[in-house]
Amino acid sequence: MSEGGAEGEARGSGDVVILVHSTSHAVHIERRLVARGVPCRMIPVPRHLSSDCGACVQVPGEHAEAAREAVAASGIEIQGIVPL
Amino acid sequence: MIYFDNAATSWPKPPCVAEAMARFLAEVGANPGRAGHRLAVEAARLVYGAREAVAELFHAPDPLRVVFGANATDALNLALLGLLRPGDHVVTSSVEHNSVMRPLRALEAQGVAVTVVPCSAAGELDPEALEAALVPATRMIVLTHASNVCGTLLPVAEVGGLARRRGLLFLLDAAQTAGAVPIDVEAQAIDLLAFSGHKSLCGPMGTGGLVIGERVDVTALTPLKYGGTGSRSEREEQPEFLPDRCESGTPNAVGLAGLAAAVRWVQERGVERVRDHERGLTAELLAGLSAIPGALVYGPGDAGRQTATVSFNVAGLAPSEVGLRLDEEHGVLCRVGLHCSPAAHRTLGTFPGGTVRFGLGVFNTSAEVARAVEGVRRLASEAR
Ligand SMILES: Cc1ncc(COP(=O)(O)O)c(C=O)c1O
Repeated sequence: MSEGGAEGEARGSGDVVILVHSTSHAVHIERRLVARGVPCRMIPVPRHLSSDCGACVQVPGEHAEAAREAVAASGIEIQGIVPL
Repeated sequence: MIYFDNAATSWPKPPCVAEAMARFLAEVGANPGRAGHRLAVEAARLVYGAREAVAELFHAPDPLRVVFGANATDALNLALLGLLRPGDHVVTSSVEHNSVMRPLRALEAQGVAVTVVPCSAAGELDPEALEAALVPATRMIVLTHASNVCGTLLPVAEVGGLARRRGLLFLLDAAQTAGAVPIDVEAQAIDLLAFSGHKSLCGPMGTGGLVIGERVDVTALTPLKYGGTGSRSEREEQPEFLPDRCESGTPNAVGLAGLAAAVRWVQERGVERVRDHERGLTAELLAGLSAIPGALVYGPGDAGRQTATVSFNVAGLAPSEVGLRLDEEHGVLCRVGLHCSPAAHRTLGTFPGGTVRFGLGVFNTSAEVARAVEGVRRLASEAR
């Protein structure tokens, strides 16, 4: 996946996903994570987490705090950051 | 062939625009924001890239407050119909395009009070006359950045400052200036900036948008359209956040991919440099036309106080005849008539006959200006 940061690192248990209200928000957050060097990738929203049909941003668990800070700084209201 | 109709839409486009659009169609193609698969995400990134480029160009802090539509008209309708309510008062100028005047007249029929502040016969607006038109019910000032008929620049920063001091919203119609004249929404205190993507931003037709400032309460902005956004799909109510609130339906993603490339191209070239180039050409055109016996040029007559759009008439010839003969005999393509702006033509004293309009752009040259001036000179001398 282009631009999405370290794809391989974000896989596996312990990962979190940032659930957003819109794909523009997902890209907005992805841009800011990449700028801060936080590994991330965009994935379709897992059905068990939300009924939304778009994308969300997956981040390795050890980067969850950095992701939280980036989201807070982005000024975007998200649905939440939840374990995958 | 000399294309002097850039005020209607710019042409040619930088090659990167067609390339970006072809690449989108061939390699991306998916609906942005409607799914989470890789192509949908890539499409969403491209559309977001267009928001980012536009926000940067106009010094707007938040790309998500850039709402796209088909053109500047969509953006103006959204801002005017979406924010003004019966009982509100709105002030505008006498050189507006019908994409401002018609929504305002429609709102007037619904109980919005409209004041049109007269401009001078050269299309100039006195900020003090505008201030004198403000009343307690005034909610918004809407102005064009430049006349689309004769290019006259309006005093944006002064009016922006005035709107801030008086607690009013300031909507700027930048259809004629976005990409050709530097715009800074923060420094010029512009709350709502409507732009065409297909004129001096050099993007494709079918693109335009509205940059919505922080002073605008988004929940009080009524969308023009309701529908699918790919977000909050569990709800039957329209989302309250931007841009989704005002962008229902599948967007013109291929156009926006082109717009993103176009705006990056404009940024690389530099709006200041574009402005310098066009100002130089305008000075040459004004000097050339003014020296022709029988040619009458409208507007401020000073390239520093106008865009690269110049209106004129030739004594003894109807504008339509001048336009046809410039096309057929001299290869000069321009636009004649009223230019969707009866108000501006009344202001200039050219209603209902209209004028001949040369709209120069970034790709025009001094040699083209000289050839076009020579064409007008011949027509004028034959008519005498
Ligand atoms: C001053 C002005 N406002 C609005 C418009 C409408 O722009 P668009 O064609 O992008 O809707 C134009 C151009 O036609 C214009 O010149």
